[in-house]
Amino acid sequence: MSPTAYLYLAAILFSIGSVGVLVRRNAIVVFMCVELMLNSVNLTLVTFSRINGTLDGQIYAFFVMVVAAAEVVVGLAILMTVYRTRRSASVDDANLLKY
Amino acid sequence: MTSPEQVLFWVLGPLSVLSALGMVLARKAVHSALFLAFDMLCLAAFYAAEQAPFLAFVQVVVYTGAVMMLFLFVLMLVGVDASDSLIETLRGHRFAALSAGLGFAIVLCSALGGALGDQAVVGLETPQANGSDNVYGVAKLIFTRYLFAFEVTGALLITAALAAMVLAHRERTTPKVTQREMALARFRGNRPSPLPGPGVFARHNAVDTPALLPDGSPAPGSVPTSIAEDMRRDHPPLPASVMVEEGEL
Repeated sequence: MSPTAYLYLAAILFSIGSVGVLVRRNAIVVFMCVELMLNSVNLTLVTFSRINGTLDGQIYAFFVMVVAAAEVVVGLAILMTVYRTRRSASVDDANLLKY
Repeated sequence: MTSPEQVLFWVLGPLSVLSALGMVLARKAVHSALFLAFDMLCLAAFYAAEQAPFLAFVQVVVYTGAVMMLFLFVLMLVGVDASDSLIETLRGHRFAALSAGLGFAIVLCSALGGALGDQAVVGLETPQANGSDNVYGVAKLIFTRYLFAFEVTGALLITAALAAMVLAHRERTTPKVTQREMALARFRGNRPSPLPGPGVFARHNAVDTPALLPDGSPAPGSVPTSIAEDMRRDHPPLPASVMVEEGEL
């Protein structure tokens, strides 16, 4: 089977993730949608690696996973700090940097 | 002729899209997290089908195992019952976001279709691509050509761990309550005895089954607060007149 089907699937998943980032207001769910977008890009990288016959795409996906893990740790810690001070996980309530 | 890979793709592909939609549409954040975990498992299966077994296992261990469990822990800290408000703060925001996402998907898919009309697929079966096996080939690349990036990644992970500790640390502003003060406060309060355990006199002894009071009504103090709120919504307390009639019987 042609691996390009995976690319279309990854594009659809990426779009769903971006819609979730735009629509949802709970900061943790927004974060999960970002994770979905990162995962779909990983699928694209792995598929490109297969199309080109080299392993470099898989290495890139591996590094994306590591950076995503670090990002999740720091992001969730920030969310917890925001929740502690404002008692809310909604992205609408974190507006101190707005003015 | 359908190959096993085609079967896998056409079974798990729609399921992964559905669970991604479920993640966006689920009202409760816990349901979103579970949908996302399922989606990540689907992607791990795709990696395995695309001759990347190392990444498939890393996906299960790192994403489904570590990242999603971290998400669930934070959800427990922030409050599992915190659900999204459904009021639109910006008028037409949801429609605009939806049409933007749909347009983006159409543009992306048509660009893909134009760019990869009939792409020759080399595949990773050739011995010079994958080495003797996938893990060996990936390790060889990481520790030769990408060695510097790998070391920088280590620095990034240490920085992230330190940042998480600094952000999650809380200075104690009040003195620590000792056991003696807690005991005194308990005997001055309304309830010197411990809270009832879940499931006492009830049909099940699971932690989400409230204990029953002598009149048969559930005891709200025996279960966690979020379950007690659900319970109060599902089984409102009996009106006083009913209780009196039962007493006369």
